[in-house]
Amino acid sequence: MFKAKVLIKRRATILDPQGKAVEIGAKHLGLKNIKNTRIDKYIEFSVDTMDKKSAVDEVNDYCKKLLANPIMEDFEFTVEEVK
Amino acid sequence: MSSRPKFGVVVFPGSNCDHDTYYTLKKILNYNVVFLWHKQTDINDCDVIILPGGFSYGDYLRTGSIAKFSPIMNEVVNFAHNGGYVFGICNGFQILLEAGLLPGVMIKNQSLNFVCKDVYLSIENKATAFTNGINGNNPLKIPIAHGEGNYFADEETLKSLQNNQQIVFRYCSDEGIIAKEFNPNGSVFNIAGITNKNKNVFGMMPHPERSSDPVLKKTDGSLVFKSLANYILN
Repeated sequence: MFKAKVLIKRRATILDPQGKAVEIGAKHLGLKNIKNTRIDKYIEFSVDTMDKKSAVDEVNDYCKKLLANPIMEDFEFTVEEVK
Repeated sequence: MSSRPKFGVVVFPGSNCDHDTYYTLKKILNYNVVFLWHKQTDINDCDVIILPGGFSYGDYLRTGSIAKFSPIMNEVVNFAHNGGYVFGICNGFQILLEAGLLPGVMIKNQSLNFVCKDVYLSIENKATAFTNGINGNNPLKIPIAHGEGNYFADEETLKSLQNNQQIVFRYCSDEGIIAKEFNPNGSVFNIAGITNKNKNVFGMMPHPERSSDPVLKKTDGSLVFKSLANYILN
């Protein structure tokens, strides 16, 4: 069994309206130095196999075909064995 | 009722404009129309497949991202690749983008608000199956209702959309002026509706089915359905 941790980030060139709105909140809080807030996605799940390579392949497939939209997002992930 | 063209309205879990679309096609326009459940794997000999508005799969992950894996979508993609007419409205447009049948992506409205109001659309290409029956140069008045209608495409994609006349509708004023202040969601180039290169797949964010019934005192939306039906018959 493996544990996968995936981070999906919207490309820097694509506007993140959520990040912008949240940053307005920071200004209201009086936090003057906060800049470039971006809200991304962090996703965790298990991969039920004994073989690390097939776990990595499956996670990669999951990211490429569903979790991330390659037109606007990049992804990175780690896969660690759970004892 | 004539049996052709036959429209199929796909019902995903979370679709909520499926019945409005069915009603418009059947009761207002008197066309042949059937519902297609998303788990079906055939499209029942339809001439047009409509992906209706709504919140398929709760809009989880990204709008339209899970619906593209519904069993019927394989058939829809094959149908589109063979030249069949596929029309996505609002969430249906988002599904077509996620399924790769149309280029680009949809992100949250620039205002972060869900925007529900009538907008005006400038008709940029009248030669498509979806617009050829629209006379005159007046903009169409059709309502939008979405939180993620901010269409984005990179520069290269935008250029190719322009070069291939794939941009069908752009947000404008009631007088047809295209400017930032008439853009309800921040869409690049004020884009409200586009086709694929072959012009047989069409997606638009505004809801033509909500402006087709004369009882509502606005019927511009019906022109899109009528154009398509007449185009197929002729």
